[in-house]
Amino acid sequence: MTVQSVSLTIAGSGGAGVVTAGSLLLDAAARAGWYALMSRSSGPQIRGGEAAAMLRFATEPIMSHDDSFHLLMAIDWDNITRFAAEIPLTAASLIVGDPAHGDAPAGLLKNTPRVAALPMSDIAGTIENGRPNMVALGAIAAMIGLPPAAMRIVVESALKKKGPAAIEASMAAFFAGIDAAKSLPAIPRLPAVAADSTPRWSITGNEATGLGAIRGGVRFVAAYPITPATEVLEWLAPSLAKVGGMLVQAEDELASINQIIGASYGGTPSMTATSGPGLSLMIESLGLAVAAEVPLVVVDVMRVGPSTGIATKSEQSDLNIAVYGLHGDAPHVVVAANSVADCLFTTQWAVHLAEAMQVPTLVLTDQAMGQARAILPKPAELTFIGQREVAKAAVEGQRYKRYAMTGSGVSPMAIPGTPGLTHTADGLEHNEFGTPSSQASDHQAQMDKRQRKISQFNYGDHWADIEDSEVGAGETAIITWGSATGPAREALQRHADAGGKARLISLRLIAPVQPEKMAEALRGIKRAVVVEQSHSGQFHRMLRAFYDLPAETVSLHQGGPLPFGPKQILDQLNAWSA
Amino acid sequence: MECTAQKKKYLAKDYKSELKPIWCPGCGDYTVLNAITRALAEMALPPEQVAVVSGIGCSSRIPAYTSVYGFHGVHGRALPVATGLKLARPDLTVLVTGGDGDGFSIGGNHFLHACRRNVDLTYIVMDNQVYGMTKGQASPTTAPDWEGSKLTPEGTGINPFQPLVVGLASGANFIARVSASDPVNMAQIIVEAVRHPGFSLVQVLSPCVTFRPEQAVWRDTVRTAVVDYTDDAARAARRLMTDDGFNVGKVLYKGSRPPYRPEFEASNGSIGELEARFAL
Repeated sequence: MTVQSVSLTIAGSGGAGVVTAGSLLLDAAARAGWYALMSRSSGPQIRGGEAAAMLRFATEPIMSHDDSFHLLMAIDWDNITRFAAEIPLTAASLIVGDPAHGDAPAGLLKNTPRVAALPMSDIAGTIENGRPNMVALGAIAAMIGLPPAAMRIVVESALKKKGPAAIEASMAAFFAGIDAAKSLPAIPRLPAVAADSTPRWSITGNEATGLGAIRGGVRFVAAYPITPATEVLEWLAPSLAKVGGMLVQAEDELASINQIIGASYGGTPSMTATSGPGLSLMIESLGLAVAAEVPLVVVDVMRVGPSTGIATKSEQSDLNIAVYGLHGDAPHVVVAANSVADCLFTTQWAVHLAEAMQVPTLVLTDQAMGQARAILPKPAELTFIGQREVAKAAVEGQRYKRYAMTGSGVSPMAIPGTPGLTHTADGLEHNEFGTPSSQASDHQAQMDKRQRKISQFNYGDHWADIEDSEVGAGETAIITWGSATGPAREALQRHADAGGKARLISLRLIAPVQPEKMAEALRGIKRAVVVEQSHSGQFHRMLRAFYDLPAETVSLHQGGPLPFGPKQILDQLNAWSA
Repeated sequence: MECTAQKKKYLAKDYKSELKPIWCPGCGDYTVLNAITRALAEMALPPEQVAVVSGIGCSSRIPAYTSVYGFHGVHGRALPVATGLKLARPDLTVLVTGGDGDGFSIGGNHFLHACRRNVDLTYIVMDNQVYGMTKGQASPTTAPDWEGSKLTPEGTGINPFQPLVVGLASGANFIARVSASDPVNMAQIIVEAVRHPGFSLVQVLSPCVTFRPEQAVWRDTVRTAVVDYTDDAARAARRLMTDDGFNVGKVLYKGSRPPYRPEFEASNGSIGELEARFAL
């Protein structure tokens, strides 16, 4: 069944408390037994810029935003038209604004949404220390059916340090908003749900990435701040310290990647997190980790490129650099998370892959999922723990071969401190001992080995999420990856509601490619739509290079920062059904 | 082991691999390799407890010529590799070796921040004022009027980088200059550098016989510094900024800043505690 949901945006200038209001609403929804997803969009200002919190609530877990918003609650109108494209409105939508800030700007009225007034600042002014954003929250709660008791719990928790007076002022403003909402036009309401016992989490994609790393065994992180990856690091710094690990703020990304190479060479599973510009700087040393066979994980929380691009907004355009960016032939692993929850799974898996194969592993997430907060069922415990094949002791009469030829391609790694196994790990081409060599035969053998270890590895079913519509796969596939998976999942569901058959294939393992598994997944499929947020269609090109796609394949690609709506994908499925 | 009587004795050759260096005959780097192995023997460090990390260049080949754990990385990034290794493995003795181009040009930013961060490392820079591996181009320490390179036939016209002055200003905790012509003295200084906590910087005047044959005179130009080290950074700065670069053989500065080590708790916390914060 298509999810029953309500979507709304709270927007305002810096200081309006938009993101705070969104977070409170999200937590209160969770208390009320709903599921929720919140993304945020902000201007480039360091402080005090306009911001928008985009929220969707439902009675079941949700993976994506909707095609449009039922409600735009504008605390004020400052620069709000900058978000107009990111807040699609229809004639059924409702804009609620504060008359004290004037009329809704024309830029928002293109699709003739309904407009209503809520004097938030005037109402807040009647309450000591009352704030307009709490009035707005009250109105929203009344309109969507959120029980006030849920909000009280959240406000009490959030304002505990500020004391009872602050809590009462906020709640008074909130109830004033509920009262004032009586005069507002209706938007869809969600039903109250009986409290169920499913344990739930409130987590962002970036936090989930950090947790996945720690669960996987990462205990050393070196990194340089960069939007939108910084929250991964901010979560990891205190969290690593609690489990006996550490985070070092490095002088640049060149230092980040090389510090984790050093720490991992020393035997500690290690990671860094960055975004496109930082990944670009790390590329040379990623090749070093390939050549010297040093396990490590690099998370790239993608943003709009090229160059500085749009640092605060999302795009899936680092696929090429992640897969092809390294010079020389450099077999390595690239995986991609496809939801907030999957940031945890995929990062933990990545640590496992990196350690097991002694190979650098890139994790691609993006701003949209990294900075999104979701209320979701508690993620399952995973058994992946980074496990490195370690050479424990010298064999009498045999000199240790760090890069010994083995069937799997993985050679037992001696950790410094182990007697009798000293060696030099080298970015120079080398022989089995690690001794530099410019011989063709050594290059061939070492390249074969580097390729073999990632080609022969058993990635199991995790290479992709494959989901059929409730009425079957039929002959149609949606092939996608990363953040585009959310709207694709919802399109699949809506298609099924209309009796449409289709199969979703969301690739988690981007490299090495899995042609046999893909052939199996595409068995019986006659047409496919490839969905990705890239101006040049990088994913589609990669699929064409390595996979046999159905003859009738449509590439649905667009650059960031606008996310796909489920309807864009559904339209293609419907076009085929017609 | 506390008891020195039980401590295993090592010879310098115990720290050398069987690999033949690619260096030119007469290269100063041979002496540095000798001095490093001599110093390790003097400290009787088990080879497996030592790591030598390097970047790219003639002198950066040293790790493979030793019998300790080695890491030969990419150009300019030896210090970050060593930083990560030492922070993750404080039990190891970590030496970093390299040249003036690797350390002060492509790796310049890491040099500043390694001095500043003051991780317990010993950085031995073989300064020959030239890029040897790429056949003789001007390095950051080359004099502005050196016309020996086809890349800069009129000279660079740029003042040379002053590694010890910059190192001091950036926070290096131990600074010394030695000459490749005196391996015994160099070994002693390296021992002191390793034993001094924090980031120790040792500049070695190591002539390039192939691309800077005129450096052969360094053997006679160098002189043993007349004063002993100071712990006063201002005084050290004045000395370093007024000397001609040929006062060698002694420690010039010793600071007392504690080495960097990020705060962390012993692993008594559980992942469950971290996860509990997400639970509603």
